[in-house]
Amino acid sequence: MSYPSDYRYTQEHEWVRLEGNVATVGITDYAQHELGDVVYVDLPKVGAKLNAGESLGTVESVKAVSDIYAPLSGEVAEVNSALSETPETINKDPHGKAWLIKLKLANSSEVSKLMDAAAYEAFLAGKQKEASA
Amino acid sequence: MSPPNMKTARSRFSYGASQTEFLLADSLFPVRLSLTSLPSLTTFFRDVSLHLPLESGPFVIEATTTQLRKTALNSTHRRLGAKMVNFGGWDMPVEYSGIVSEHLATRTAAGLFDVSHMGEIEVRGPQALDWVQFVTCNDAAKLVDGQAQYSGLMTSAGTFVDDLLVHKISDGHYLLCVNASNQDKDFEYIRDVGRGRFKAQVENAGERYSQLAIQGPKALGILTRFTRQPIAALKYYHFLHGEVDRVDALIARTGYTGEDGFEIYFAPEHSEKLWNALLDAGKSEGLLPCGLGARNTLRLEAGMSLYGHEIDDTTTVWEANLGWICKMGKGDFLGRSALQAQKESGIHRILAGFEMQDRLIARDGYPLLVADGQKTGRVTSGSPAPFLKKNVGMAYVPVESSAPGTHIRIGIRSQEASAKIVPLPFYKRPR
Repeated sequence: MSYPSDYRYTQEHEWVRLEGNVATVGITDYAQHELGDVVYVDLPKVGAKLNAGESLGTVESVKAVSDIYAPLSGEVAEVNSALSETPETINKDPHGKAWLIKLKLANSSEVSKLMDAAAYEAFLAGKQKEASA
Repeated sequence: MSPPNMKTARSRFSYGASQTEFLLADSLFPVRLSLTSLPSLTTFFRDVSLHLPLESGPFVIEATTTQLRKTALNSTHRRLGAKMVNFGGWDMPVEYSGIVSEHLATRTAAGLFDVSHMGEIEVRGPQALDWVQFVTCNDAAKLVDGQAQYSGLMTSAGTFVDDLLVHKISDGHYLLCVNASNQDKDFEYIRDVGRGRFKAQVENAGERYSQLAIQGPKALGILTRFTRQPIAALKYYHFLHGEVDRVDALIARTGYTGEDGFEIYFAPEHSEKLWNALLDAGKSEGLLPCGLGARNTLRLEAGMSLYGHEIDDTTTVWEANLGWICKMGKGDFLGRSALQAQKESGIHRILAGFEMQDRLIARDGYPLLVADGQKTGRVTSGSPAPFLKKNVGMAYVPVESSAPGTHIRIGIRSQEASAKIVPLPFYKRPR
């Protein structure tokens, strides 16, 4: 799967799609593949204030539980409540239907710290090289 | 998002984050620890494994530079696109198409598992039976040629060195199948405690065997195409010698999934041929190649213990609900007097199954809480049960809280989740 060129990425494998002052956040295809079958998602409440790097919730697969970290600071404006009934959407459409939350940004200058698609793909390639070393 | 592998754990070490996850040497599951509970690591290690005692205590870090061991099918798994993990020092497939689909295929059709990492130990000689009897708690004297039994390798304290299958090949010849990560420890233990006492030889024979498990309602039909042996008439926990696809094999009607099925032992050089033959023949019947992830969820649903989780050298057969594999009347064996004493004094905790009451998932190591929030133990294995579509687990609970229907609580991160004790096994196949 390719990584959308208009998204930004973190080393923790979250993606961000920016629309004005609002960031839509999800986990990457690499992340869903590493996790395997997702069976449960725990997301914050609308209105929760998050600092960049803080845990915003968890995604659980059959074999593992994993924290998801806020890529940027802000206030939760919307959560994808459909995921509570169909968490497997994260495996099927991680970059689209399976967005997790929308954040109203507190400090849009943080965006510059995130990777673009090319940098993220290079980061993944580096990981794979390390894994096969 | 922190993917569950050891690479991440290691890089987080070097970046000094306050929280990290590790893959336990004997576990498929990452365990969360705060770095403050660990001594600092200043060197870059190729491989870090943690041994986390189920009871509270200091964490021990073992860092090694050893290469992972590989089964004869390692490159085959990689070619099939399996996700590989370090399991007890072995580079093993954890999943191919996904744990849920592999689990369901095994329950409803068939699953094919490479379990060549399992250890084999052979005991041969005029006093082979005495040696086996001395170190295990079940009664191997009851076995007839071609019969297997589930048993425990005992410490002198009556706790588990390992659990194992004892196969009687013939008078004076026993084949023990032990856990992969315990193989060398078990071999040395059996050799050392019996040295000079018995006229027999013990051989660490793991490298002479590959092992495939074909499990599920379609397993018999698929395997029948490859052998002339009367395997349909083979009883559960019995085995025979014969050819599978013209390869000499020991075919045992055993398994670790709760389904009918077979475990096939043979020389490693035939691994790829047999694997491909069974995979190709099974495809049209719905057979899937399965990894250790599904093997774990299948055995958990079937209420079977896993060494390092439900049983270890701190637990006894009485506590583990395995009294049926302990034959006190068979004569003396290692740990017998300690087990007799505990039988008389009674136990305080017992292994029980539980079902979560909401959607939260209890996982290995999560604390068990009593009414006042005190920790009374830990979850030994916890996971979604893909066939039952429930979240289940096993844990040691106080005997007075072990009756089915009893409500217990489990600490899940910052929350307390409610669970109910239920009878084991969670899943029993229709017969």
